[in-house]
Amino acid sequence: MDADSLLLSLELASGSGQGLSPDRRASLLTSLMLVKRDYRYDRVLFWGRILGLVADYYIAQGLSEDQLAPRKTLYSLNCTEWSLLPPATEEMVAQLSVVKGRFMGDPSYEYEHTELQKVNEGEKVFEEEIVVQIKEETRLVSVIDQIDKAVAIIPRGALFKTPFGPTHVNRTFEGLSLSEAKKLSSYFHFREPVELKNKTLLEKADLDPSLDFMDSLEHDIPKGSWSIQMERGNALVVLRSLLWPGLTFYHAPRTKHYGYIYVGTGEKNMDLPFML
Amino acid sequence: MEDSTSPKQEKENQEELGEARRSWEGKTAASPQYSEPESSEPLEAKQGPETVRQSRSSRPWSPQSRARTPLGGPAGPETSAPAPLSLREPSSTPSPPAPARQDLAAPPQSHRTTSVIPEAGTPYPDPLEQSSDKRESIPLHTSQSERNTFQQSQQPKPHLCGPRDVSYNNAKQKELRFDVFQEADSNSDCDLQLPAPGGSEGAPSMLETTIQNAKAYLLKTSSKSGFNLYDHLSNMLTKILNERPENAVDIFENISQDVKMAHFSKKFDALHNENEMLPTYEIAEKQKALFLQGHLEGVDQELEDEIAENALPNVMESAFYFEQAGVGLGTDETYRIFLALKQLTDTHPIQRCRFWGKILGLEMNYIVAEVEFREGEDEEEVEEEDVAEERDNGESEADEDEEDELPKSFYKAPQAIPKEESRTGANKYVYFVCNEPGRPWVKLPPVIPAQIVIARKIKKFFTGRLDAPIISYPPFPGNESNYLRAQIARISAGTHVSPLGFYQFGEEEGEEEEEVEGGQNSFEENPDFEGIQVIDLVESLSNWVHHVQHILSQGRCNWFNSIQKNEEEEEEGEEEDEEKEEPDYIEQEVGPPLLTPISEDLEIQNIPPWTTRLSSNLIPQYAIAVLQSNLWPGAYAFSNGKKFENFYIGWGHKYSPDNYTPPVPPPVYQEYPSGPEITEMDDPSVEEEQAFRAAQEAVLLAAENEESEEDEDEEDDYD
Repeated sequence: MDADSLLLSLELASGSGQGLSPDRRASLLTSLMLVKRDYRYDRVLFWGRILGLVADYYIAQGLSEDQLAPRKTLYSLNCTEWSLLPPATEEMVAQLSVVKGRFMGDPSYEYEHTELQKVNEGEKVFEEEIVVQIKEETRLVSVIDQIDKAVAIIPRGALFKTPFGPTHVNRTFEGLSLSEAKKLSSYFHFREPVELKNKTLLEKADLDPSLDFMDSLEHDIPKGSWSIQMERGNALVVLRSLLWPGLTFYHAPRTKHYGYIYVGTGEKNMDLPFML
Repeated sequence: MEDSTSPKQEKENQEELGEARRSWEGKTAASPQYSEPESSEPLEAKQGPETVRQSRSSRPWSPQSRARTPLGGPAGPETSAPAPLSLREPSSTPSPPAPARQDLAAPPQSHRTTSVIPEAGTPYPDPLEQSSDKRESIPLHTSQSERNTFQQSQQPKPHLCGPRDVSYNNAKQKELRFDVFQEADSNSDCDLQLPAPGGSEGAPSMLETTIQNAKAYLLKTSSKSGFNLYDHLSNMLTKILNERPENAVDIFENISQDVKMAHFSKKFDALHNENEMLPTYEIAEKQKALFLQGHLEGVDQELEDEIAENALPNVMESAFYFEQAGVGLGTDETYRIFLALKQLTDTHPIQRCRFWGKILGLEMNYIVAEVEFREGEDEEEVEEEDVAEERDNGESEADEDEEDELPKSFYKAPQAIPKEESRTGANKYVYFVCNEPGRPWVKLPPVIPAQIVIARKIKKFFTGRLDAPIISYPPFPGNESNYLRAQIARISAGTHVSPLGFYQFGEEEGEEEEEVEGGQNSFEENPDFEGIQVIDLVESLSNWVHHVQHILSQGRCNWFNSIQKNEEEEEEGEEEDEEKEEPDYIEQEVGPPLLTPISEDLEIQNIPPWTTRLSSNLIPQYAIAVLQSNLWPGAYAFSNGKKFENFYIGWGHKYSPDNYTPPVPPPVYQEYPSGPEITEMDDPSVEEEQAFRAAQEAVLLAAENEESEEDEDEEDDYD
């Protein structure tokens, strides 16, 4: 959610139950302003909160002018002092797959994972147990990256692409209409498109190149991993991800207000197919 | 001369103008394109609304000023006098010079109808108006109207644009512009009309022709949409000038799209929005009813005040504390839930009620209220138990009917563990749910041990509809309302905690070790509770205790011994694991007794079962202690030392770091005693059959031979 409209956004996203306490809210309002100034971001998003056993991580992201450029992620333990996180790499994500369980809440905590590795010594081949240590910070980075790639969404029309390349916020975005708001196809993943090129030519012909340049939610696997609900009659549409429980996206139709927030344990729900 | 007459003429002209303007406005009202100029005029005119009219009424004025300048003034109107006369309809002509000026003032309707009025042109009337400052912001439409009014068939003149720009700000050159206008008007007239009467004044130059062609092209109507570019551009520019967005050039295309869409949207308004907004209005009506309910019950107020003392909890207060912990539904929503709870307590005979929490679902969510009825009030019992038992026993019964023909199966369905009585154990409280505050509350049926046992083995999302079936393995006995109730029971048993000492056992109970059914499950508030320091609550988990009975793996809180008379046969009917299957004794399941501190809770793979926090590190003296359950994510409890409350918000599932594995179906059961009746044998092959038959025949033959021999012997004997 945009740091500029933090209070309203929190109010709209409160249907999921987990929000922020007043002191965190107050500190966020001030500290995000300062972050924006110090790092010279175009937009600062409050990404959410990852619950740890000892402490919670509060995550914010900064965007530059080009909305689809890689975002800078910052974390804080007290909503006042923010530290920049390194960008996610492939190996980080690969490493992460072996770590399970809750986050500790301490960024320097190290997870230990024993691996069996084949070691060649001369002619003998035997397996050795190697203990791999993964720092929690790394895990944090990869989890945030995974969540962003998987479930960060924006409504169709909120961003538009210029012929020069960069994507901009669409200032004439007036919100989705009610009938559009209930369809999964009006929401896009907020990331570089992955599946667009797989569409048939016929489908591509219908797309508007300035608006439809990202993947829509329609073809997400597993099907049914999004729950769309209308709250307050038809005045608010809320999408909750079932794959990463805790991610809530809200949008008030016919208005410009939209955003997403993640409040959860930072673990993927691998049991989703059993639960549907 | 002209000066003296000018005031009078001006007045007349203004009258004419007024008339003309009205007629002009009448015209513009007809088409939507004109509406914009009308609205834009008052907005944009810098000198106030009068200016706008001034711009029109400046027509009489400008001739006046021009009249002052000796040069082209009189010549212009004079020469053009005959032409407009023929064309002008509505206005009267008092005198020749006057009409000349009035020409300028009164736009002939015929011209106007044919000419396209909203022409996106450069700001025209500025030269007309008195101010010498730049008037670029003058609404285009007024300028157009200005220009249009001048589009009386004036003399043709080269070049609409050039002289206009040049002589823009110069008051002196008004008269020059006047010429320009005359010519320009005649030019534009020529564009649209059949040979304008005044068009014979001069041969059109190359430039002029180009302009005319260009304008004609712009005015060409699109065959697809019926628009033309000229209109569209003028609409767009009007919109931009009205709204003044920043960096308009960047969003130009979007504005263009918006203008195009605006032509269509109005027609569908009435039908479209009504359908979409209906649910909003419905829910708003229902919630309004919530707010009004307080006023309806004026008579019974006293009665209710007595009873309602304990009934309604202070939801807002708890919500305030939970907000400190970062948990909550938002103040408005909570208040509506508060009112809905009040409605619940008003309509049902409720002793105590509590806002249990919210369970999220796929299509709709559930708001759950935990309720304790008054003594003897809840006599509604759903006949669920029988259904479950019938399912289990159906198989054996069916077999027994056909005892004579089929082998009897010695499978005896495990005896269903009976559900606990209301007000005891897992059924201690009754739960009501609703999807949204304002909607009616639905009572959930009491929970059966079988349901709890199976609920432990499956993991399903709630859809939000209480009658949705639960399709799972092992098959869940019931639908979503039962599953919901079972999960609520599990969550309550696992996560409802209170500070140590808040509750105490009743006086008349025996020791905690007694295994009397129902002996351990009563507690009451401790009137002498003095509160615990918040710091202590946070630091040590032993300061919190469970105040809901633990559910045994049997599915009940109080042990039910299913062994009755036939102890041997009841062996199979057990669902507990790790059972020593001694025929005459089943080990009783024991759970942690009531009011055990939560420090005794088991860890989940090295993760502590509870996380404690202070709500705020910045102001610790007023902070509260917050407990989060790691076993049931979404379960919270707070205490400020004296008060406490539990709350749940989440999807309704237990946490497990490992992935869920569905249980494996059991192996095929030996139902019947093996014996020749049911043991399968292969059918004999052809050779075997033949051999068998041959053997039989041989035997038969042998028997016959013997008989025949005996007969023969007998016959021989008689001989």
